[in-house]
Amino acid sequence: MSGPFMTTRAWLLMLPLLAVMVAVIGWPLVSTVGLSFTDAKLVGTSGSFVGFDNYAKMLSSSNFQRTLYTTAWFAIVSVTAEMIIGVLAALLLNQEFHGRFVLRALMILPWALPTVVNATLWRLIYNPEYGALNAALTQIGVLDSYRSWLGEPATAMTALIVADTWKNFPLVTLIALAALQAVPRDIKAAALVDGAGPFARFRFVTLPFIVGPLMVALVLRTIEAFKVFDIIWVMTRGGPANSTRTLSILVYQEAFSFQRAGSGASLALIVTLLVSVLAASYAVLVRKTAGSAR
Amino acid sequence: MLKSISRTLLGVVFAGGFMVPHAFAETSLNALFMAQAAYSEDDVRAMTEAFTKANPGIKVNLEFVPYEGLHDKTVLAQGSGGYDVVLFDVIWPAEYATNNILVDISSRITDEMKKGVLPGAWTTVQYDGKSYGMPWILDTKYLFYNKEILEKAGITAPPKTWDELAEQAKIVKDKGLLATPIVWSWAQAEAAICDYTTLVSAYGGEFLKDGKPAFQSGGGLDALNYMVTSYKSGLTNPNSKEFLEEDVRKVFQNGEAAFALNWTYMYNLANDPKESKVAGKVGIVPAPGVAGKSEISAMNGSMGLGVTTTSKHPDEAWKFVVHMTSQATQNEYAKLSLPIWASSYEDAAVTKGQEDLIAAAKLGLAAMYPRPTTPKYQELSTALQQAIQEALLDQASPEDALKTAAENSGL
Repeated sequence: MSGPFMTTRAWLLMLPLLAVMVAVIGWPLVSTVGLSFTDAKLVGTSGSFVGFDNYAKMLSSSNFQRTLYTTAWFAIVSVTAEMIIGVLAALLLNQEFHGRFVLRALMILPWALPTVVNATLWRLIYNPEYGALNAALTQIGVLDSYRSWLGEPATAMTALIVADTWKNFPLVTLIALAALQAVPRDIKAAALVDGAGPFARFRFVTLPFIVGPLMVALVLRTIEAFKVFDIIWVMTRGGPANSTRTLSILVYQEAFSFQRAGSGASLALIVTLLVSVLAASYAVLVRKTAGSAR
Repeated sequence: MLKSISRTLLGVVFAGGFMVPHAFAETSLNALFMAQAAYSEDDVRAMTEAFTKANPGIKVNLEFVPYEGLHDKTVLAQGSGGYDVVLFDVIWPAEYATNNILVDISSRITDEMKKGVLPGAWTTVQYDGKSYGMPWILDTKYLFYNKEILEKAGITAPPKTWDELAEQAKIVKDKGLLATPIVWSWAQAEAAICDYTTLVSAYGGEFLKDGKPAFQSGGGLDALNYMVTSYKSGLTNPNSKEFLEEDVRKVFQNGEAAFALNWTYMYNLANDPKESKVAGKVGIVPAPGVAGKSEISAMNGSMGLGVTTTSKHPDEAWKFVVHMTSQATQNEYAKLSLPIWASSYEDAAVTKGQEDLIAAAKLGLAAMYPRPTTPKYQELSTALQQAIQEALLDQASPEDALKTAAENSGL
């Protein structure tokens, strides 16, 4: 059975789902696009048509450019760190040793924590007066006295990236670990016999098998990191002096604190567009690597 | 369609309700409060319990959010009609009135209320000649000091001017009693604006003149200069720039600050031996003045309770507001927040055990300086918060930072 009958049936079967998706995603998206061309307020006026004014204002504002840079920095550094640490942890947990199942289960814990809990926890660790990080560093002699981590622009972003990495690298580990199960033992053994070192074995035997799933993790994490809001909102609220303000926080301020729904919508759509471009280019990359790995 | 389904469901529920004998047709109110400073969550729950006991037909669901979430939550819930009663800060009536979020309750205010409540308290809930709620928390920033540390430093009286505060802090620092004697709440949040406003009032500054920013020169600039000088000279705890009020309280009650600027609620908490290491050593005076310009300084940090325009039970909601703001309720819970009622300040039951606080309050509350009244307050405040942080972090001079803030204020 194939051909037009199958196609019709497939579409028919998907129809209910499509209807729900149009209702909960399609409609809000369309109305957001409409909103972004108006000067609507969150409450009160529904606004009048202003064309591309909102977009022009947003793209040319120094606030937006600086925030875009901040967001990109956060996304690139945290995702890179998460990928590297994630894969290394997966390689370790893929070894055969007693209790590895317990460790694997424990590994998921940070990822399973709600972000707000995670952020609150790290805020306590970074506390300038009684935080654990200050205590640890002064006791081992790295620091002379307690210092501020989230109050200095130089360290606040790094501190956030560490917290985000700690929370999210287990996702990469999880995906990599699953992929590692699929690496055939005989090829690894053959490489060992051929005298390949650990690095060569990873690069030429293991990596080709796990690169596909890793690309999926990379796409997921990049999109998430680009949209980051909660961990930063809880830890620094974008401070000090806006040094950790990301695009999502800017959208929130514009749309909800300042109640400019129109320009908030335009900003949100700009972010959506950026993330879509990223996701699409990754998708192309995934196809290419998946093709070459065979 | 969804609406009609929910109506049908409601109908079924009501029909069910008629079949089961009910003593009361119960009304349910949703009220939004904040979980920091002023009345504690326990206090609010106890006050509410007294209300529901007296009004068995009314059920009140309380929700507590951090101050930082109060404004946005109120505005966002407006779409879904979430709350009947909301707590609001003195800076929001302009915006709430313009956007039709709170009900104008001017006609519900009785003569007894008009006469009994302190005139300064009314400014908290008024905009354009109308009242949008009842004042509830009457508050300003006070200067707290650690009596023991001042004594050790040989200082006999707390500072009367901001310059004196700097001199005394320097003595404490030089004698090695504390490395950084003053603590403030200068995080990138409204808390920083409250400290800044206190200084603006001391220096006789102005936020707006004819609706345009005026803080970038004169008293507004002097105020930020004072903050930056105090920060850079090491007299101020450098972590102040990431502190909110509760952080200030923790540092002060651990004995790690000689001076702190904070709200009323810190007085009795810092004097509670269960909470604090400095119980019994807490001094409180009005925030200082500036020679030739002001005797003391104070800012209006009061908050009110209002009824939302989306409330389906405005009468019951108002009844709840009246109960919460009544003199009897406020006198009973006068330890963390002082009453709005003038005669309470002569009532021994209220003043007992907190005579110093009452003395400071009588002066401070009469001198409360307002933050600007504008529907665009959130933007102005956000711009000022950024300016304060940039100046403290030396990313811009106070003058340039305030100029940028004026440009970004949306006014």
